[in-house]
Amino acid sequence: METAPKPGKDVPPKKDKLQTKRKKPRRYWEEETVPTTAGASPGPPRNKKNRELRPQRPKNAHILKKSRISKKPQVPKKPREWKNPESQSGLSGAQDPFPGPAPVPVEVGQKFCRIDKSRKLPHSKAKTRSRLEVAEAEEEETSIKAARSELLLAEEPGFLEGEDGEDTAKICQADIVEAVDIASAAKHFDLNLRQFGPYRLNYSRTGRHLAFGGRRGHVAALDWVTKKLMCEINVMEAVRDIRFLHSEALLAVAQNRWLHIYDNQGIELHCIRRCDRVTRLEFLPFHFLLATASETGFLTYLDVSVGKIVAALNARAGRLDVMSQNPYNAVIHLGHSNGTVSLWSPAMKEPLAKILCHRGGVRAVAVDSTGTYMATSGLDHQLKIFDLRGTYQPLSTRTLPHGAGHLAFSQRGLLVAGMGDVVNIWAGQGKASPPSLEQPYLTHRLSGPVHGLQFCPFEDVLGVGHTGGITSMLVPGASEPNFDGLESNPYRSRKQRQEWEVKALLEKVPAELICLDPRALAEVDVISLEQGKKEQIERLGYDPQAKAPFQPKPKQKGRSSTASLVKRKRKVMDEEHRDKVRQSLQQQHHKEAKAKPTGARPSALDRFVR
Amino acid sequence: MTANRLAESLLALSQQEELADLPKDYLLSESEDEGDNDGERKHQKLLEAISSLDGKNRRKLAERSEASLKVSEFSVSSEGSGEKLVLADLLEPVKTSSSLATVKKQLSRVKSKKTVELPLNKEEIERIHREVAFNKTAQVLSKWDPVVLKNRQAEQLVFPLEKEEPAIAPIEHVLSGWKARTPLEQEIFNLLHKNKQPVTDPLLTPVEKASLRAMSLEEAKMRRAELQRARALQSYYEAKARREKKIKSKKYHKVVKKGKAKKALKEFEQLQKVNPTVALEEMEKIENARMMERMSLKHQNSGKWAKSKAIMAKYDLEARQAMQEQLSKNKELTQKLQVASESEEEEGGTEDVEELLVPDVVNEVQMNADGPNPWMLRSCTSDTKEAATQEDPEQLPELAAHEVSASGAEERPVAEEEILLREFEERQSLRKRSELNQDAEPASSQETKDSSSQEVLSELRALSQKLKEKHQSRKQKASSEGTVPQVQREEPAPEEEEPLLLQRPERVQTLEELEELGKEDCFQNKELPRPLLEGQQSERTPNNRPDAPKEKKEKEQLINLQNFLTTQSPSVRSLAVPTIIEELEDEEERNHRQMIKEAFAGDDVIRDFLKEKREAVEASKPKDVDLTLPGWGEWGGVGLKPSAKKRRQFLIKAPEGPPRKDKNLPNVIISEKRNIHAAAHQVQVLPYPFTHHRQFERTIQTPIGSTWNTQRAFQKLTTPKVVTKPGHIIKPIKAEDVGYQSSSRSDLPVIQRNPKRITTRHNKEEKL
Repeated sequence: METAPKPGKDVPPKKDKLQTKRKKPRRYWEEETVPTTAGASPGPPRNKKNRELRPQRPKNAHILKKSRISKKPQVPKKPREWKNPESQSGLSGAQDPFPGPAPVPVEVGQKFCRIDKSRKLPHSKAKTRSRLEVAEAEEEETSIKAARSELLLAEEPGFLEGEDGEDTAKICQADIVEAVDIASAAKHFDLNLRQFGPYRLNYSRTGRHLAFGGRRGHVAALDWVTKKLMCEINVMEAVRDIRFLHSEALLAVAQNRWLHIYDNQGIELHCIRRCDRVTRLEFLPFHFLLATASETGFLTYLDVSVGKIVAALNARAGRLDVMSQNPYNAVIHLGHSNGTVSLWSPAMKEPLAKILCHRGGVRAVAVDSTGTYMATSGLDHQLKIFDLRGTYQPLSTRTLPHGAGHLAFSQRGLLVAGMGDVVNIWAGQGKASPPSLEQPYLTHRLSGPVHGLQFCPFEDVLGVGHTGGITSMLVPGASEPNFDGLESNPYRSRKQRQEWEVKALLEKVPAELICLDPRALAEVDVISLEQGKKEQIERLGYDPQAKAPFQPKPKQKGRSSTASLVKRKRKVMDEEHRDKVRQSLQQQHHKEAKAKPTGARPSALDRFVR
Repeated sequence: MTANRLAESLLALSQQEELADLPKDYLLSESEDEGDNDGERKHQKLLEAISSLDGKNRRKLAERSEASLKVSEFSVSSEGSGEKLVLADLLEPVKTSSSLATVKKQLSRVKSKKTVELPLNKEEIERIHREVAFNKTAQVLSKWDPVVLKNRQAEQLVFPLEKEEPAIAPIEHVLSGWKARTPLEQEIFNLLHKNKQPVTDPLLTPVEKASLRAMSLEEAKMRRAELQRARALQSYYEAKARREKKIKSKKYHKVVKKGKAKKALKEFEQLQKVNPTVALEEMEKIENARMMERMSLKHQNSGKWAKSKAIMAKYDLEARQAMQEQLSKNKELTQKLQVASESEEEEGGTEDVEELLVPDVVNEVQMNADGPNPWMLRSCTSDTKEAATQEDPEQLPELAAHEVSASGAEERPVAEEEILLREFEERQSLRKRSELNQDAEPASSQETKDSSSQEVLSELRALSQKLKEKHQSRKQKASSEGTVPQVQREEPAPEEEEPLLLQRPERVQTLEELEELGKEDCFQNKELPRPLLEGQQSERTPNNRPDAPKEKKEKEQLINLQNFLTTQSPSVRSLAVPTIIEELEDEEERNHRQMIKEAFAGDDVIRDFLKEKREAVEASKPKDVDLTLPGWGEWGGVGLKPSAKKRRQFLIKAPEGPPRKDKNLPNVIISEKRNIHAAAHQVQVLPYPFTHHRQFERTIQTPIGSTWNTQRAFQKLTTPKVVTKPGHIIKPIKAEDVGYQSSSRSDLPVIQRNPKRITTRHNKEEKL
């Protein structure tokens, strides 16, 4: 079986493997024999609901799934027909009605192409060209293979549709729970924990385990699907944040004084005193880094695989209590009280970028899984969505009646904001589009003010921590329906987990590779290249790659006299000189042409401007 | 040869003798003393002297004047005999002897052969040998070139090199030896045989084979001849056409055209009688031609020639006539063909309807314009154009509206209103016109009419609504301007305007801004709020004079920033409002805002950010190097600065770096520092065939890991270049391996092994 990759731009490097979301992988015979089992089988994304309350919803989904595949435009990417004259005529003389491999839709294949053909190449020699052609052919082949295996991603995301004109935001959780199957309905629950104050929560990367910590020291971890408690302790200290490390076996808890690490039985493994007064935690799974933001204004990166502190960066912006990570490039986003959001990498002592987002302080930051959009909310009650692809400009802005204190993105790009005791969820048009803030997709009121938010990976579930405990909400269409069994398998056994752990450690990405554009690592370091060239020239005393000066060819019949040789040389030199002058003139023209429009129309009143 | 020459010289001499009397006499007088013998000799000498004058035989031969024992062997000459000495002569004894005959023969044979050239020296011989050997070897080796190239470009080489696997034999060949044994099989085969179905070779049934054989050789030949003939005829015709096309005579072409036209008319008339449907098609063609004529400006008296004629027309009868002629031609061309319509009018009114729909305005005008005054004509034509444009009312007004909107969008909302009004009017007129049109139209298109009118109506409604809304919003704005302390009102904007608001921020009515406007209301761009603080600050800073434009730019940036931050965003429409604020929403909110305002009154976020950015930009700029030595070449001391000229002279300006990434992003500071740790993992040297880094980058852009690829693709991408099978001997490549015949006797190995053989062969040749 082939795994279907995702293009690097869309998701962080991770495998997406075809699997159903149900516990038992569906077999091909199941659909034929017991079509209803698909609906009855406990499946997380069965939250699809129509206002019509069609009981056969899951069954319909099956039909839909099939039709989707057949609906795909069958545009052949390359009508490859390997015609073998001998094989064409069998014993019966019958021919294959579909010769060659199955055609692949162009747009699907295009999705997996990584070579940026928009940048023009300088003229290349024949040998270089052949290499480039080979690379392009390789890319095409691999992309076709990837596109073909996309067929194996059978699961569809859930959705919620109102009758025409009906607002989906009016649909409350009770209605959804009523409409979905029992297994999905079981995923909506409330934990009433009024005693130990507002809760922070965190799902493990597989989406199977949930850890939460109350302000007054209550820490617990459980397999939330089966509701099996793993551990429950009281650390007798204020808990500021809680986070799973690479697997559900380890748990980092930011306590009042220091950072503590517990295992899944609640045994304290480490107390890290170099990270003190930590307010927020983030774990970078591919780098095995635990990023901590502290009251003292330090952003500390702790390598959990070797237990070393990789970098301690002083943000010079006072207390840090707003942090999120960009899952695409593992850059940490910090929100500050002066309205800016700064982007950090452990390799750099200063922020990679600083974005002025709000007039007041920044209250919450969240970045979507493709690393394209960043949502921020500030003290000025505004919620903004920024484009992170180089422009850092707000795409949409909304003023909320009471600014959002917590923000989170789901795997499929839904945005949730916690405002007081209300949770609002916005959805976009498609997967790659930003959530449109015009109308909320869902709203829900909780029993207390929100203190922590996270969408559960691979489940259409939103976990909300508040003063009254924990609420698990059903949000249809929130998460990725197909998971990669080799990367984050919710149903993995202990052995599988251990094996995965070893592999993940072997593939650990060095911390210093974190930068704004991860694709830049696949580029040649031009600066050192140039420097090397310069050094070589210095060493040799001449430029080995320089163009040889023109040497006139000897000619016969007395035309090769010294004077004529000099004349010919001069001709060539003059031509080159003219070319240079022409080029520089053109550049000047370009510059002028560019400079003119920026000048804007001068006004007569400009003379009064000082 | 020499004898001839001598004879010639003698002849010449005899002629000359008479001319040169004097010297001869003189010579003779001298020689008379010594005697006759002496004289003869002298005469001979003279002859020789003269003969040597012609320059070819200058060599002075030593002369033996007296007998002596010493005879120089070098001065032996065959002078007297007048011939060259031949070797055989030396052998010739006084008496001929037969024993010498053989030697003579041998000698003559030697003589018949050409002289042998000097043998080359050793180095040169060796060089030649090397060259020859090289060429031969290169030729022999060149047959390996494709093999080498193939192996170099191969994705994978597996050693030891295997021979090609035999192709899998098709199943027919396998089954050819198979025979039916069981009764069922036999039955089936019997059936197949009966129906003459192919049993082993399933490609063609006998019928098909027969059909393949059907075309005979003669037939094919005939067909070929036919084709040839057709081709030849075509080429003749083409040549003819080409020739005729090249004829420059206008008259000729005129005649040809007329002839063609006449012919076409005749044919058309004939067609009408014979085949009316085809005639109709022809008609359409003619109609098309008419349309073209009507569209073009040909024969409309609008060309250069026509204009010049129009000037002349007042005085010149001929010019007038020419113009008239042209116009009449136009009329003729644009006239509707009456022949067909007359007959068809009686049959059905379809054409009639069309005529009604599209009144032939142009023609009418032309009819009127038959008068002699060309000026009238011109005006008329322009009229017609207008009419034509009026005819399709959709295009022009729309265009105009577009233009107006394009210009108006930059001006003011008032202009927009005007546009809206105008649009409204235009639509009204459009509607009227369309109604008229529809009135004229027969009832066949009832449905379309209804729908279109409905559309128009709905559009009108929407427009009027928009207008109303605009007015309302204007009013609201006015009122808000009146009440100063209202800050950043969040008015629930109507749904339709939201995108507009997002794009182009509405003016923000803040207290600050109003003050500003009071102070300096000279800014042309009303929509952009002016930053008060920044302006004042720039005034205060002492060194803002020299870099005024920069300051301005910064200001612009600031404006953008301010704009960007104060964009009034639409408030969210939420069903569930947080409980805390639900009560006393308005008051609470206002209080809250006030509180925030107070809390952040001191720190202007934007100003701080701009300052920070400016500092970052300054820090990242390369620094100039100042090499001035104070007091060098001029007076120095406390309070004395080196002159500006000196400073300019010794200031080394740093080259301007590439533009910052955040140059055009006012709200962002992007660090320009390089990530050295990451750079250590990047490629720093370009590998061989690449000359530019972008070329190489393209080849490494596709990831090869299994994380990003399917298993198959991953395996293919990571196949090793060379695979060796363990336990096998890898032998050097042989010609048989690649499919060459082994003609190795004359091949490379032989030459390489004994290169001496060639040289010996050469030597042999030389010896021969």
